[in-house]
Amino acid sequence: MQLKLGKWEISIERKPKVSGLLAGILGPAAALVLAFIVASFIIALSGANPLLAYKYMLSGAFGSLRSFTETLVKATPLLLSGLGLTVAYRTGLISIGAEGQMIMGGLFATLAGIYMGWIPGPALILVVMLAGMVGGGLWGAIPGYLKARLGVSEVINTIMLNYIAIFLVSYLLDVPLREPPGYFPQTAQIARHAWLPYVLPGTRLHLGVLIAFASAFVVYFLLWRSPLGYQMRAVGYNREAARHSGMNVGKNMVLALSLSGAFAGLAGMVEIAGLHHRLLNGFSSEYGFDAMAVALLGKLHPGGVTIASIFFGALRVGANMMQRSVQVPASLVFVIQGLVILFVLMDELLRNYVIRIFAKPVLEEKSYGLK
Amino acid sequence: MDLNNLAGFLAATFRMATPILLASLGGVFTARVGIINFALEGIMLVGAFMGVYGSYVTGNPWIGALMGSLGGLAVALILGYMSITVKADQVVAGTGINILSIGLTSYLLNVVFGIGAKPSAVAAFQEWAVPGLSNLPFVGPVLFRQIPLVYVALLLVPLTWYIIYKTPFGLSMRAIGEHPRAADSLGINVYRVRYLAVIISGILGGLGGAFLSIGQLSVFMEKLTSGRGYVAWSTVTVGKWNPLGIMGASFLFGAADALQLRLQTLGFKIPYQFFLMLPYILTILVLAGVVGRTVPPASMGKPYGKEGR
Repeated sequence: MQLKLGKWEISIERKPKVSGLLAGILGPAAALVLAFIVASFIIALSGANPLLAYKYMLSGAFGSLRSFTETLVKATPLLLSGLGLTVAYRTGLISIGAEGQMIMGGLFATLAGIYMGWIPGPALILVVMLAGMVGGGLWGAIPGYLKARLGVSEVINTIMLNYIAIFLVSYLLDVPLREPPGYFPQTAQIARHAWLPYVLPGTRLHLGVLIAFASAFVVYFLLWRSPLGYQMRAVGYNREAARHSGMNVGKNMVLALSLSGAFAGLAGMVEIAGLHHRLLNGFSSEYGFDAMAVALLGKLHPGGVTIASIFFGALRVGANMMQRSVQVPASLVFVIQGLVILFVLMDELLRNYVIRIFAKPVLEEKSYGLK
Repeated sequence: MDLNNLAGFLAATFRMATPILLASLGGVFTARVGIINFALEGIMLVGAFMGVYGSYVTGNPWIGALMGSLGGLAVALILGYMSITVKADQVVAGTGINILSIGLTSYLLNVVFGIGAKPSAVAAFQEWAVPGLSNLPFVGPVLFRQIPLVYVALLLVPLTWYIIYKTPFGLSMRAIGEHPRAADSLGINVYRVRYLAVIISGILGGLGGAFLSIGQLSVFMEKLTSGRGYVAWSTVTVGKWNPLGIMGASFLFGAADALQLRLQTLGFKIPYQFFLMLPYILTILVLAGVVGRTVPPASMGKPYGKEGR
């Protein structure tokens, strides 16, 4: 298909055999562009100018040091829970449970931060981190165990556990954990020395950002450089073949979902110890759900997931600016995320139809560059 | 619990079970052709929104229900395209559709009613007493003083059963669910039947969603469905892909919902959150207990392509 626009020629043609890194970048990039194009129609529906809306979104997310650090703050839990989902998805398990695991991680971290304040200095931070990972890990182990022992699909169980975690925390904040005198459904603050220190003075950028980036390396080494990761990926690639070559498939699945939960729990921990310093209803801000889009857009690779998490963090910060400036509802973010997931799934189609824009005179020379 | 209380509880069970029953009857169509309908949550959510919107614009809940079905149909078409044509992973596609639906409905809610504004209540369905029957003792208030859509849902159960087991279309669906290639070689158009099944599931799921917003309530709120679409899909499994079993399972979840509401109003000492958890815990327990002994249609979750992709 060819479109002519002045001296530019846009050609959409079938290009089989784009593979490797290029394909890994082209697919998601095309998905993003398409998502934004479709979303611009939806913005126009509300009577606003899509280009103006996107301009405010961009400047809201990256326009100043403050806004950029906010983007990173929001990217942190997205990256951690997205990494967790990457571990699960690579093992062939579709987990939708990052949200609940994040909430349980936050709960455990808060409990440790309040009741273990006698632990001195930075050691407490490590304990709180561990508690968060245990909380999320346990919540991930339940569907893992049910899958491995009883063959129950992890998909529905992880969703159900999300709702159970939400109501559990809502109950705990209602009575047993509520901070006296109890005007608000929130716990007392965690011990001061359990707070994650800020890394840039004057901003809310806390140590969690570095924890998240470090975790990306951990997940990379875990999946591609460790025997355990090799087994998990083998199970994900072909469960039966892995079984026949003597791997304990069930154990790997439980392990993968627990690890996945542990990273989501860590995401909950950084939100508590880095930002809120106490447990509140809805502290997870549904990062756990966004994490699915992050993992998929990042093509289940820690590097890609890192970039995708910053992108989605930017989307959130930018959307607030957009809502304030041009009254386009910030929930547009979810529209874009849903579209991104769908278009990423279509990227095999998209990848085969590379959209190329050339100035006419150079068409001849450049066209074999991509062949 | 005296007889009046029991009647009230059973009536509430019918009311709470209906949206799940409608959506899971839709789900059984997709399940029978081997498609995992995770998008039911989004289908219901858009159905719920469109139901309120239709009723808000026209003042007529019936038109709301119709709009709800059409909204569900539109969402289902996305699922159909993703799972049948694109051959994408159906669970992930469904999840994407659900996130998209959350975004779209809450976006449109803000556009229609203003950002942060409380949406106004719209005309909702009223209970309709079946003449004569509604005066029967006990049975009357339980069964015959319900919202019209409850009757519709109950009538759809035998109808769905008949379609699946007694019609050529049902035979095609079951053949495709078990072995798409064999069905294809018998001259069944696999793509067309799958699309039809997805469309039906969209209409029914959208209606189920509309029931939530203009049957049980008269407003739309963000994420109104809160997982009922997923519960509906697990109901399909629990009911062993049979409309009668599905009706039973829907009533189980409806009862859990109704119990939760009752116990809250009766002022029990147990915190209400535990009752809110009930349907979700029940889903996990029932799946763990039942699924081990059931076998889904063999082509579940597998896309079909003629080249054998």
